[in-house]
Amino acid sequence: MTYLTCREFVELVTDYLDGALPPADRERFDEHLDMCKGCREHLDQMQTTLRALRAAGDEPARGEVEGLDRLLDTFRDWKRSRP
Amino acid sequence: MDDQATIAALRAGDEAAFADLVRRYQPLMLRVARQYVKTPAAAEEVVQETWLGVLNGIDRFEGRSSLKTWIFRILMNQAKTRGVRDQRSTPFASLGAEDGDGPAVDPSRFDDEGWWNAYPRAWSAVPAERLESKETIATVRDAIAELPPRQREVIVLRDLVGLDGPEVSEALEISEGNQRVLLHRARAKVRAVLEGELT
Ligand SMILES: [Zn+2]
Repeated sequence: MTYLTCREFVELVTDYLDGALPPADRERFDEHLDMCKGCREHLDQMQTTLRALRAAGDEPARGEVEGLDRLLDTFRDWKRSRP
Repeated sequence: MDDQATIAALRAGDEAAFADLVRRYQPLMLRVARQYVKTPAAAEEVVQETWLGVLNGIDRFEGRSSLKTWIFRILMNQAKTRGVRDQRSTPFASLGAEDGDGPAVDPSRFDDEGWWNAYPRAWSAVPAERLESKETIATVRDAIAELPPRQREVIVLRDLVGLDGPEVSEALEISEGNQRVLLHRARAKVRAVLEGELT
């Protein structure tokens, strides 16, 4: 079995995080991770990137939201119709 | 407010909680809907219908996924139904040359044998407030806006919305492998932009 290089490692990170690496590749990936500080930092950076992406998806709109008034009407109608 | 509290508030008819939810997700919902229908007006209708679906379904929501994921699943179903009726605006064709472009990390960062020339910087020192600051979020959004369209669509659905790989590949009618190639490129570019910003 050959070792992964760092250059190869960084291309497998998304498959790894999705749990999509075949078992043999997964083993080589874990082995590399154990011995390589640089790739541990890289993986950590990717996980931090994912947190930043999630934060970007949860950021409320600034200013007016289009159609909010109409939606609040919908909400009131819905509320009235509840048993 | 966390999901549990939001769900309880909606069931109790709390209008402010509903307005908060709309403020939070409406822009992303419009953006996603826009990928499936022809006009901005049609996208708005899809989003309106989605909110009605959310209200009508909230009593039955069991919390097996996050509230957000559940809302976007309803949106995707509405958008797809509508998109089929309208003939989708931008067909998501097979992968093009731009989609698998380039390595994840600048090749000059590695030596001839493929090892790091210098270790990447540790980001663990970056405080959470900085990561979730308006500036960082704006940087991330700009980086996403610069991506090729297919990469952009996948990263929005996977990482901003939070759908899983099978859901995204089904929604975009591409293989799971292709979906992951696009995601990998997209994440790599966002990471590189953040590296410039955070270190
Ligand atoms: Zn390494």
